[in-house]
Amino acid sequence: MAVSPDDLDDIQGLLKSGYGPLGEAAYLLLRIRDPGAARAWLRAFRPTTVGDLNQKVARARHVAFTASGLAALGLPAAVLEGFSPEFVGGMADDPARSRRLGDVGANAPAGWAWGRGADEPHLLVMLFAAGDDLAALKSEVQNADFATAFDVRELSTAPLDGREPFGFVDGLSQPEIDWAGERTPGTSEDLDYGNRIAAGEFVLGHPNEYGLVTRTPGIGADGRDGSLGRNGSYLVFRQLAQDVEGFWTFVNARGGLPLAEAMVGRRRDGQALAEPARRTIRGVGPKQADITFNNYDFESDVDGTTCPVSGHVRRANPRTGDQPGGDLGPIRKLAGMLGVGLERRADTVASSRFHRLLRRGRKYVSSEGTGLHFITLGASIARQFEFVQGAWLASAKFGGLSGEQDPLLGSRQPFPEGHATDGFRWPQKDGPCAAFEGLPQFVTVRGGAYFFLPGLAALRRLAEL
Amino acid sequence: MTPQSEFLVLAPVRPGSIPALRTLLATLNRQPGHADPQNPLVRFAAFPTLHLARFVVLEDETRHDIEAFGQAAADLPVYLAFLGDCDGDAGALLDDLAARAGDGLRAIFAHCEGFDADTHLRHWMAQHLTSPSAYYVNWVGRTVLQIREEAALHAALSDELAAARADGERNPQALHARLRTCVRNRGLPLTPPAPTPLGWRLRHLASLAASLLILAVAAPLLLIASPILLAVLRQHETTDPEIFIPSDRVRQQQIAATEDHDVTNPFSAIGSVKPGGFRAALVQASLWLLNFGCRHLYTRGRLARVGTIHFARWVMLDGGRRVFFASNYDGSLEAYMDDFINKVAFGLNLVFSNGVGYPNTRFLLLDGAQREEQFKAFLRRRQQATDVWYKAYPGLTAFDLARNSEIRRGLQNPALTGAALRAWLAKI
Repeated sequence: MAVSPDDLDDIQGLLKSGYGPLGEAAYLLLRIRDPGAARAWLRAFRPTTVGDLNQKVARARHVAFTASGLAALGLPAAVLEGFSPEFVGGMADDPARSRRLGDVGANAPAGWAWGRGADEPHLLVMLFAAGDDLAALKSEVQNADFATAFDVRELSTAPLDGREPFGFVDGLSQPEIDWAGERTPGTSEDLDYGNRIAAGEFVLGHPNEYGLVTRTPGIGADGRDGSLGRNGSYLVFRQLAQDVEGFWTFVNARGGLPLAEAMVGRRRDGQALAEPARRTIRGVGPKQADITFNNYDFESDVDGTTCPVSGHVRRANPRTGDQPGGDLGPIRKLAGMLGVGLERRADTVASSRFHRLLRRGRKYVSSEGTGLHFITLGASIARQFEFVQGAWLASAKFGGLSGEQDPLLGSRQPFPEGHATDGFRWPQKDGPCAAFEGLPQFVTVRGGAYFFLPGLAALRRLAEL
Repeated sequence: MTPQSEFLVLAPVRPGSIPALRTLLATLNRQPGHADPQNPLVRFAAFPTLHLARFVVLEDETRHDIEAFGQAAADLPVYLAFLGDCDGDAGALLDDLAARAGDGLRAIFAHCEGFDADTHLRHWMAQHLTSPSAYYVNWVGRTVLQIREEAALHAALSDELAAARADGERNPQALHARLRTCVRNRGLPLTPPAPTPLGWRLRHLASLAASLLILAVAAPLLLIASPILLAVLRQHETTDPEIFIPSDRVRQQQIAATEDHDVTNPFSAIGSVKPGGFRAALVQASLWLLNFGCRHLYTRGRLARVGTIHFARWVMLDGGRRVFFASNYDGSLEAYMDDFINKVAFGLNLVFSNGVGYPNTRFLLLDGAQREEQFKAFLRRRQQATDVWYKAYPGLTAFDLARNSEIRRGLQNPALTGAALRAWLAKI
């Protein structure tokens, strides 16, 4: 089912675009001081929509709310509980969640610059502009109501140059949202990896990869019509500090650029380590750059001798279909369902299409350090961000591995009871893996929160609370 | 080969004793829900054949759901379940537990009905043993001793391989020889498997023969009756009330506090069976079929496509009115449920769709669990916080255990060459 033009005029444009041409961006983390003024300011704030992107935009602006922010605006608790439990619970204040996400040791929320308890923002305002126009946009947004309404913490970003702070080309792999509703999820096509994903995986109120609509709260009398969630999305924000010097010092001492590229799973210029797929992967292209960088999976590289199983890009998106081996006909499909004829290791990783991240972050270089303001959008924080972060990136057992987390993002905390997680195994074609121990922590979580990015109609209702 | 077996001691908790029982059980733990293996009440670590064990108080919070079928909720007891999985005969383990953890067990069971100071502990446990209708063992014959020896072997080989590489050794054949020498010199124990008990073999064969016979007799009858059975099934599937109540967030958070302290987690759940003879028969038949699969087909590391379950059991309670499900799985609960939905939805539907509140199925195998949010809410609402959980090999997943066994087999095979040898080295 296609997303209608009316809906496209209701959905915030961040779901469609990361605003590559708008090289400057600022993120404002706001605490509400005066709810009345906040609502007044919101009534005048008109986010950029997907519909707006039919024309070239020179500026873009977006707003999202934490659960505590919605409560501060006056949303009744009973309505709030209709959002997903992880959103209502928040990113920082549940030790069980922190354990799952790897927010332990130096990553623990206790050490965050923002995001915990009274430091959890209520609102996130995202502003995008070209060249030197950002200051003007900022002052336009920060009017008198704004000054009365909010306490502000501003997170700056570095100008876009397509590379993350370690120096690797970044942002190459994104799911292609099926806005037109051309694909029916769950057919035997999905036994193979595909990159075209149902809109409902990212936009609430639309069918997802199960063909179902994710439950969201309404704001009407019975609170059950889903209208508050419709056309919205959950937005996960993590400030990730990157120790660029520490990374290259380690890499240069132990194996140089090839080791760094094995850890990332791509060459520094973005070229995949994996061999290109012989088939055309659905949802890759038609742009030649996309085909060059993304028309591959790991189907023929179960052991990771081409791209290490632990390589960052492989953990973040293992490019798995619903069944290892892909579509080999109905008999093999049936046998596979019963667990017959599937290689054990190949079947350790879940199917990608239920666990995709739509990334919208930007890097920062500031007096506080260098890193990434990681942002991802999705209809289910639990099944998308938390799953990818917990089961794939932070897990020491991803893909049948043992004793190693994501080589870039790992917290390196032993888990449990002294089992090391600071290794990295680089499988070699001619024998034993090149094994590295004692990887230092390269990336540290400095802050984060779960937000809800509402549709425009829902935003108007929030402003009228 | 030493086969594995299970025990479940199940007894109603005295009214009013639940808080005191939970408080006592918490003293066995060193982390919420996780046993201290050396705790003085039940020193789990002192029982070398014990793989996994748990105490869980089954407070069924969904027992009123059956009112959606127009039935009054029966007044069913709150149970204390003490269950475990072990090598060899569970009876022998229970003897040992009664002998060496008797005081602790008595203190715990004193909160149950019919247990007082004069009760004979071992007899009482025997009286309260409850057998599962279906029981799954990840790898039949893999003992705790073997798991520990093979984990130590892997660690030693991994160190030696690193040393060999540091010495510049690259030749796979030479590496294999060096690793074999290392294990010999260090005298790492690798106890050969014990002979399979004859009695177990005979019982296993007899069960296989009887099961095949039942299948052979039942299949044609079921086939003949299938139009009627399907019609009745569809009638039930289209009229059974679905109950979609999201799980309580705070309760979910409390349960989560006991999870993800290890790479493996326990899952405990209790729920009611839909009323009526048809569902009662169907749940029995489904569990029988599942048990047949577990016993004779899925004995080598996987239950259909799911490779993350160590041990699992399905137990009928209260004369078939309720089912208790207990499993031990690798990863977090959300990932476990996704695995279920995306890999074995048909199997879940077969077994669990007879439960009150389950999302509706089509032709028994379709839909159901694939209604993701409804299914997850169904499971979470029936989930019980496991009060005390013990695992004899923390930090190891089922995949790790299988890989460690492969490493051992490769070590003990001097004829390993070529690609097989390279693949073996890559596993270390």
